[in-house]
Amino acid sequence: MKKGKKVVFFIVAIFIILFTVSTVSGVSYQYADKKSTIINGVGDIRLGIDIQGGVDVTFEPENGQDATEEQMDAALEVIKLRLSSLNISDSETYMDYNSNRIIVRFPWQAGESDFDPESAVKELGDMAELSFHYGSESTTDADGNTVPSGDTILTGANVKKATTATEQDSSTGERKWVVSLEFDSDGTEAFANATSQLYSSKGSISIWMDNEMISAPSVNSVISDGKCVIEGNFTYDTAKKLADQINSGALPFSLETTSFKTISPSMGANALQAMIIAGMIALVLIAIYMIVLYRLPGFVSVIALVGQVAGTLACISGWFGFMSSSTLTIPGIAGIILAIGMGVDANIITNERIREELTVGNSLALSLKKGYSNALSAIIDGNLTTILIAIVLMGTFGVPSSVFAKLLHFLFFSLSSTTNSEIYSFGYTLMVGVILNLIMGVVATRLMVMSLSSFKCFQKPGLYAKVKKSKSVKESEEDAK
Amino acid sequence: MPSNKTTKSKTLRDSALCKVYNFSKHRKLFFIISIILVAVSILSTFTGVDMDIEYKGGSILTYTYEGTIDEAEVKSLVESVTDGLVTVQAGDDLSSDKNSVSISISSKKGISDDAQSELTTKLKEKYPDSDVQLLDSNAVDAANGRDFFIKCLIALVFAAVILTIYTAIRFRVISGWSAGVFAIIALLHDIIVSYGAFVLMGFDIDANFMAVLLTIFGYSVNDTMVIYDRIRENKKLYPNTPFEELVDVSNSQCLRRSLRTSITTVGCMVIISIVAAVMGLTSILSFSLPLCFGLISGTYSSVCLAPQLWIVWKQRGKNKKANA
Repeated sequence: MKKGKKVVFFIVAIFIILFTVSTVSGVSYQYADKKSTIINGVGDIRLGIDIQGGVDVTFEPENGQDATEEQMDAALEVIKLRLSSLNISDSETYMDYNSNRIIVRFPWQAGESDFDPESAVKELGDMAELSFHYGSESTTDADGNTVPSGDTILTGANVKKATTATEQDSSTGERKWVVSLEFDSDGTEAFANATSQLYSSKGSISIWMDNEMISAPSVNSVISDGKCVIEGNFTYDTAKKLADQINSGALPFSLETTSFKTISPSMGANALQAMIIAGMIALVLIAIYMIVLYRLPGFVSVIALVGQVAGTLACISGWFGFMSSSTLTIPGIAGIILAIGMGVDANIITNERIREELTVGNSLALSLKKGYSNALSAIIDGNLTTILIAIVLMGTFGVPSSVFAKLLHFLFFSLSSTTNSEIYSFGYTLMVGVILNLIMGVVATRLMVMSLSSFKCFQKPGLYAKVKKSKSVKESEEDAK
Repeated sequence: MPSNKTTKSKTLRDSALCKVYNFSKHRKLFFIISIILVAVSILSTFTGVDMDIEYKGGSILTYTYEGTIDEAEVKSLVESVTDGLVTVQAGDDLSSDKNSVSISISSKKGISDDAQSELTTKLKEKYPDSDVQLLDSNAVDAANGRDFFIKCLIALVFAAVILTIYTAIRFRVISGWSAGVFAIIALLHDIIVSYGAFVLMGFDIDANFMAVLLTIFGYSVNDTMVIYDRIRENKKLYPNTPFEELVDVSNSQCLRRSLRTSITTVGCMVIISIVAAVMGLTSILSFSLPLCFGLISGTYSSVCLAPQLWIVWKQRGKNKKANA
């Protein structure tokens, strides 16, 4: 037997332990005042609104009005702008053009005990007030809001449309992004007056949405045909954002909430605590169960199981660079726990097979080899079916922009998008758990058990299974005598 | 060292390496048990099935408060704000030591954010000393709800189709299509039983219910697969074994695994259920508890139902051939 084989167990076990520790604590370093995170730990996991409390709301144009994609984009920009002006930083927004729905989720704002979700949501859905003003100066009004000090030139209703366009720079010859505007007849006249006045004084025009200045271009020429472009260091994205924001002022509808869910943070905190307790108990009991039933391979499968749980958490926290972090919800934790229960299945199937091989009197090495290979097809079948189901779960309950929702789009094309982030999270953790089970419960366990079996002290078959020799073996042994 | 390579001359039963249980002999009993379970589950519909507002539309608002409030007063207050049918139910909020009052409003549209805001303000005005706080709220438009429900049903059917195709392809050797179909029949059995468990426990049909059903899908088919896998393997080793023996031996060989795996999975869900019950988390309980029953049913149907149905089907085919 090769000497190198003995080391394998330690390499795999140490790898799993290091991985688990780094997943739980994360890796970050402090350089002066700045903390840089290299690896997200468990503490960095983004918790769903069912845990930290929050709001989940779906907006639609009022009274079922039809809207174009441009109009919906504009409406979404308004919501995003207002989210940031409400100091709601970690919100998620999703758009479904099919049914003209905008889904917004944001957590309860930390430190705000009297956070009022109803008024926040009401504010998000209101029609935007867009206006163009003389100059870019602002003052603070009696209510403490920032307002433009210059007179109003025109309002969003005068804007026919705003679009992105490219234009060649006259000096450098490069193509660059600009926002192109078109006004209606009243707007054209007002704009012509304003530009002629401001051009001579080298002034600027500021564009305001609600109480925020979104752009303040200076006037470079008199514009009398009602068409102008705003130049600046735009990328496509920033140009589109500004165009969407300007369009929102011309939206003929305001948004209404068609579903609205709020959860207070106290409820979620308890749920999180409960699920962590449940997870711990489940892990410990299963560990005991496995070690009692399967002895040495049982012990190894517990190491693998810890690795599986750590791996699932790592996939949620964004430990792996190529995977973006995900949101953890209460059903998501239930998914992790269920995957623990299902995860040991691979070990149970394999160990039962090893026991069979030992029972017929095969040597330990042969029994292990045959046991693993015999069990593999059943394990793969079982895990694949679970993965298929998890994909269906995520495709059904996920937001329209997620990969799995796009995958199943052909099924639901005629239905408007409705989502359930908690169940999506359940599907995600279940799938990740099962995939990791193939890595940890099958590959890693096998490496470790094979390696351990090359130690002399671990070569008693009794360490692997309670072996009762079968009748046929006894008979053949007697025959041999 | 003797090995089992001389088994070619033996029958499958002799080389089973475990006690072979005579499942086929009890086939009728299994069928009767399953029929009773399914019948009870279906009949449970008449005890009243409540769709959650997630599917039927409407609103539920829960407030916490201290001291006492009058339910009838709250009801008339809510009615002044909306025009839907209002029910008010007082309870305890287990997460804090406060009292809670849950207000359900059934109307075509969910309660608007305006109305909800108004209601909260009015409640706070009415009971200024009670520290009325919104605990959670859920308002869903009826059209959204219906779409969501249909979507869930399509997902269930789709999952069933994929699994049948998968089983059929993987088990071509032992005539996959019929194997796939019976795995799905066992699955339907589990789903109906889970539904019955859901209804009899008095939970509303909501997204949790759909998640339970889909999880059972995966688990039950997984369980059935492991047994089919063994049948396939035994069939290769002993091609001439009679069908009943093939199934009985394979089933017996997998029995320890079937039981032990269901102990770990059901055990996990039981632990979650107990912790959730102690902490008063209904939203978890309505997921974990029915799942326990579904998982047990899943193991039962995989061991006792799917393979036995399959034998009946296979033997019927044989009889026909013999008659012809």
